[in-house]
Amino acid sequence: MSNPQTMQIQEISAHPGPVPGRGTQRAAEVCKYIDVTTCIGCKACEVACVEWNDHPFRETSFDNTYQTMPSTEWNYWNLIKFVEHERDGNLMWLMRKDQCMHCEDPGCLRACPADGAVIKYENGIVDFQQENCIGCGYCISGCPFDIPKFNPKTKKVFKCTLCSDRVGQGLEPACIKACPTGCLHFGTKQDMVQIARTRVSQLQNESGFANAGVYDPQSIGGTHVIYVLHDITNAELYGGLPANPVIPPSYTIWKWLAKPTGLLMAILGVFAVFFHRITVGPKLPQPEPPVLTKYPDEAAGAPARSGRREVP
Amino acid sequence: MSSSVERFDDKARAEFEKYGRTVVHRGELLRHPVYTRVLHWTVAISFILALLSGFAIYSPWLYRWLTPLFGGGAMTRLLHPWFGLVFTVAFFFQFLNWLAPMRWTEADTRWMKRLRTYVSNRETRELPETSFFNGGQKLYFWLIVLSAVLFLITGIPLWFDDVVARWLVAVSYVVHDIAALIMLAGFIIHVYEGTAAQPGTFRSMIDGTVSRAWAWTHHPAWYRKATGDKPRED
Repeated sequence: MSNPQTMQIQEISAHPGPVPGRGTQRAAEVCKYIDVTTCIGCKACEVACVEWNDHPFRETSFDNTYQTMPSTEWNYWNLIKFVEHERDGNLMWLMRKDQCMHCEDPGCLRACPADGAVIKYENGIVDFQQENCIGCGYCISGCPFDIPKFNPKTKKVFKCTLCSDRVGQGLEPACIKACPTGCLHFGTKQDMVQIARTRVSQLQNESGFANAGVYDPQSIGGTHVIYVLHDITNAELYGGLPANPVIPPSYTIWKWLAKPTGLLMAILGVFAVFFHRITVGPKLPQPEPPVLTKYPDEAAGAPARSGRREVP
Repeated sequence: MSSSVERFDDKARAEFEKYGRTVVHRGELLRHPVYTRVLHWTVAISFILALLSGFAIYSPWLYRWLTPLFGGGAMTRLLHPWFGLVFTVAFFFQFLNWLAPMRWTEADTRWMKRLRTYVSNRETRELPETSFFNGGQKLYFWLIVLSAVLFLITGIPLWFDDVVARWLVAVSYVVHDIAALIMLAGFIIHVYEGTAAQPGTFRSMIDGTVSRAWAWTHHPAWYRKATGDKPRED
């Protein structure tokens, strides 16, 4: 929930018409770099996130790992996912910092039906504006990473802001600031991808991780949070990171093509009945014809006479 | 099953007639008793509210126009499921109430085949076999039954979408829209037929009565049954 004036807006959820001010200023794409291979799982980033965003200290839950809780929560946006993995007979601790990925093509923004509840800045940060949120929860189903979380009390959805309030003032996100190992970096997307590639070639050539790679999924146009993984072919291993994240077609084809078509048909339907009325015209009640009756002797069983009597 | 439904309906009709009444003047026929009218307007009002609040969320082009009617976006989202619930419950009773006259018959199939003649208004009267409801009315009724079922089974996951699976919400989202579009298409035709297209029809849902000429024109078989008269079929 930052002040949207501090950064140029690129996209607004459910917003008909142009985005005010779009493209009037230069804005470099920002990116968070996370090197999973050098993370020591200290959770300083988790604490920094809670601290900076003034979140209350939640109860944690123990599930036989070093993970703080099963998943991120509406007021716990940054979570190290712990996975114990066996590789060539050796135990590996895979520790992935889970948070909003700030997709280039954000599923939450596409799914959102409320004007201005999700905005994407020119620099790539995707941010929720809770004052415009209607609490429908569609963003939750639009997100391939299961990041937006619903607060049942306020009926609003929350997630990591990439510290848009800090970035807007020229500071790096709180989690980056707190990281003691340097496995987190923040800068332009170009620079971060460059660092990631250098690190990957190091892992491949010097550390024996032939499958090391950069996680920057192109199925959603890339992300503004990128990972360096030991094994890019097995992204699912890292606490359920989707190898090929996709936005459900409900929020793409259906929402942007079928829905407006349906609406247009409805408008045409209203015009159709109106023009039916002024061209074909109404069906007016027709006068009832006289009722057929029988002569009294006919009713008693006599053969019918040739002439009929009509009684109004 | 039908007998217990009929017994329930008869009791409900008698109960409603105690509080409301239908005045049938000379030359008029009773078409819709108080019970049917109350159900119809409960269904209609809740449907219109659900339609407006739903279409506010349906399209970005309508969001800013329709959400102020309900006190803003958040309130629209809060109220919409309740409008839908009232609609579903009220329509369930209407479904029981009209189950018998809405049963599909051979005559309705023939009516559907003559749809073009009906729409182009080439005939001033319905066929003599058209009874209490015509084929079009029955089709609309069964489309509402279908849509109401779809609304309900997809509306519940959308209502509590923070706790159900992501794919279920994504699927329900589309099916809920399809049900709404089917309903909207029928609704436009229904309102038109009930008002501007057929003078004398609207009061059947307000006063509960129609003129004999109206019944003779639009529902000849019902006319014969209700009046006992047998006008010439030419």
